[in-house]
Amino acid sequence: MDETTSSVWEEMKNKGYSRRDFLKFCAWMGAFIGVESTGISSVVRAMETKKRPAVIWLHLQECTCCSESFIRTSHPIVADIILDNISLDYTETLQAAAGHQAEAALAKSMKDNWGEYILLVEGSVPTGEDGVYCCIGGKTAEMRLKEAAEGAKAVIAWGNCASNGCVQAANPNPTTATPIHKIINGKPLIKVPGCPPIGEVMAGVIVHIMAFGTIPQLDGQGRPLAFYSRRVHDTCYRRPNYDAGLFVEEFDDENARKGYCLYKVGCRGPVTYNACGVTKWNEGTSFPIQSGHGCIGCSEADFWDHGPFYQHLASFPGFGIETTADKIGLGLGVATGVGIAAHAVITNISKKDEINEHIETSSVPDGDREGE
Amino acid sequence: MANRIVIDPVTRIEGHLRVELEVKDGKVVDAYSSGTMVRGIELIVKDRDPRDVWAFVERVCGVCTTVHALASVRSVEDALGWQIPQNAELIRNLMFCSQMMQDHVVHFYHLHALDWVDVVSALSADPVATSNLAQSISSWPKSSPGYFRDLQKRLKGFVDSGQLGIFANGYWGHKAYKLPAEANLMGVAHYLEALEWQKEIVKIHAIFGGKNPHPNYLVGGVACAININETNALNAERLAQVKQLLDDARTFIEQVYIPDLMAIASFYKDWGAIGGGLENYLAYGDLPTNGYSDVSSFKFPRGIVMGRNLNEVVPVDGKDSEQIKEFISRSYYEYSDGNDAGRHPWEGETKLAYSGPKPPYDFLNVDQKYSWLKTPRWKGNPMEVGPLSRMLVGFASGKAEYKEVVTEALGKLNVPVGALFSTLGRTAARGLESRLVANWALEFYDMLISNIKNGDTRTVNQEFRNPETWPAEAKGVGMTEAPRGALAHWIVIKDRKTANYQLVVPSTWNASPRDPNGQRSAYESSLIGTPIADPENPLEVLRTIHSFDPCLACAVHIYDEKGRYIHQIDTF
Repeated sequence: MDETTSSVWEEMKNKGYSRRDFLKFCAWMGAFIGVESTGISSVVRAMETKKRPAVIWLHLQECTCCSESFIRTSHPIVADIILDNISLDYTETLQAAAGHQAEAALAKSMKDNWGEYILLVEGSVPTGEDGVYCCIGGKTAEMRLKEAAEGAKAVIAWGNCASNGCVQAANPNPTTATPIHKIINGKPLIKVPGCPPIGEVMAGVIVHIMAFGTIPQLDGQGRPLAFYSRRVHDTCYRRPNYDAGLFVEEFDDENARKGYCLYKVGCRGPVTYNACGVTKWNEGTSFPIQSGHGCIGCSEADFWDHGPFYQHLASFPGFGIETTADKIGLGLGVATGVGIAAHAVITNISKKDEINEHIETSSVPDGDREGE
Repeated sequence: MANRIVIDPVTRIEGHLRVELEVKDGKVVDAYSSGTMVRGIELIVKDRDPRDVWAFVERVCGVCTTVHALASVRSVEDALGWQIPQNAELIRNLMFCSQMMQDHVVHFYHLHALDWVDVVSALSADPVATSNLAQSISSWPKSSPGYFRDLQKRLKGFVDSGQLGIFANGYWGHKAYKLPAEANLMGVAHYLEALEWQKEIVKIHAIFGGKNPHPNYLVGGVACAININETNALNAERLAQVKQLLDDARTFIEQVYIPDLMAIASFYKDWGAIGGGLENYLAYGDLPTNGYSDVSSFKFPRGIVMGRNLNEVVPVDGKDSEQIKEFISRSYYEYSDGNDAGRHPWEGETKLAYSGPKPPYDFLNVDQKYSWLKTPRWKGNPMEVGPLSRMLVGFASGKAEYKEVVTEALGKLNVPVGALFSTLGRTAARGLESRLVANWALEFYDMLISNIKNGDTRTVNQEFRNPETWPAEAKGVGMTEAPRGALAHWIVIKDRKTANYQLVVPSTWNASPRDPNGQRSAYESSLIGTPIADPENPLEVLRTIHSFDPCLACAVHIYDEKGRYIHQIDTF
């Protein structure tokens, strides 16, 4: 790595931030990425001494929503850090150079930082028909990914496309869109799913690597525990309504106007692991459920093919009691509300066990977890 | 002998675009625009619940996020004759306006400005002179000598680090850069300020749609319920935040974006005669104030300006099978009735048939098929779509507010009306419509407040939420204006499922390959005659291409009439 580059602290100092601002930032970042308060000093040390790592951002078969989410990162100081404290040597969305000049910048960064750079990948890889469905600079997405991955220290799969294939991999997957972990191997890989992932989550993952020089602790699917260890349902502020059996029956009904639980009009919160209920979106402004629409489960593998969105979940994987109670509720017709209220009470009692159980199931492959 | 130049990847855009050019005697003599990525979203939405489709097609693009969702919910509502409550219309309009303002500002500063602003030159600016310049054109408060001095110091530190990141290998020092160092420094300052501002305005999407990018939509209305006496709904606090964000947006546009646009444009007036291209301009219009079915109530009027005749607006009908058709004679597809046939979206068909060179390749076979984009035409004519088209159709419709902003800008720059038909005109139109949109958004906000005050809090029309109420078959079109131009989705619903779905998007109009008659589309046409000072560093080409704000993921889609996936690869 280039030794003339400055540390995060030096960068901040140059920008006029005080030492106090810097320590506050470290504490905030530490809290954000889940470090105990006694560990903050190590964040400070890391930020003071680490040089800017080279970062290469590939755009494959995608819609650029991940890049857009990334630039929404809320606290301005974080946007500064990301722009000025990593060296973002290649990103088709923002870089000044195009064509040959862009390709040269990519080649130079790879050469200068071989074995050291972090590779960020947005998009899936269409492997159908030898890859002609996505070509950049005359090469297929697969060729570009393999080349860039070879010299990478670690790889981050941004969003659901790179992590799971996302919408283009939904049935019938016309281009054989493939997540990147099936293309590259032998590299540490972090999946940051979501369509897109929350901006602060993306920044948090990068800052974790930058601050500690290690990748964050991951679950069995490769997702950082710091952001994907809780179901949206368990962190949802409307959860008490669920537990109390208070449901929106249709959009804009009286119950919707009271902010009741959206489970019956379609909400994937119970089967979706993401930080939406905690970190929320756009500087904590809101998240889908808060704005009256159910969670569509955009951070889960194959969520596009898991049935219509506006239909309540047929079953909660691992929630035998609830499933049974729900079916009873439906079967009773007018007594549905009573049925759900009854199962909600049971839920409340057994919640502790369920949460424990679901932390464990977060490391089970999705197909199994979905219980279909 | 012409010299072939390839630009791939074209960066600072959405998606994967490749441009091949023939350059002779320092000018572009021919151009080929190619979309190099395809996903097949339309095929994927087949047989799905039409109420779900918005979510799939919204993912067509994360830059112009929301516009495809809007077109989609409208197509379903149009098919079923489903009216939405006025509050829902106003909230959708507010989301539309927020999106357009954010997108245009990001385009100007982060995708386009580096074509005009030399970042390295900013290092030699005098901070005091920069302050004088900034204060002479705007009352924006961040304009002190100290502010620009600190920024310059930061920039210098960045450059001295030797790691230039996103600015590496830019065209710095290129002779086509004309701004004085002080204007460049001001431009860099506002590049960074715009980066912070853009994440604020989209909070309006989070309030109404739960998140951005990709907020949630709902067929039949909007999902966010209004209850001014409830914590868990749209209440006075949430609405006040929307108002604050809209006020701030208008301030940013009026005090930063527009003054910068005018200042930069004044140094590049010669670009008012470059990059004109096509002479036909199409807009579907949007921002209804009396329901989507009442086109006369749109803030952005619908229509076509043919042959740059600003005295007439020609009507356009998306449902007329003779008007809008897509062609594939130069695209990697096949039609059952021949290579030269055109098909209306409701009757479209697609057979993927890649016939390009096997990757890795150096050049496309531009005399054959060379793109994943189809080629749309209106009554056989190529059309430019986008901010310039909207401004021209508005202007030609005789709407006073359009005439006002256009005339004012032309006067300030001291250029003739003809300068509108150019690269500069396209870039300026984007700013001018941002001004209009910023004001309209505040009108919509007031209307929303007024409705709530009068006791109307409805946000969803339940009439057709239950598919049991739907006819066995229905067809609809959802038309809108994406930041990049006219966008429409066509849907055919059969037995409560999506039987057919087709998008014709702005960049398909603009970036498509030639049609069977050899007519160029907007990108290719506009590049002809572009001066190239240095073929190795074709900065001028990027200026014109970026003036369209390319969005390629949107532009490429595939479609199959019978819902079957057929593929045939001819070449290998």
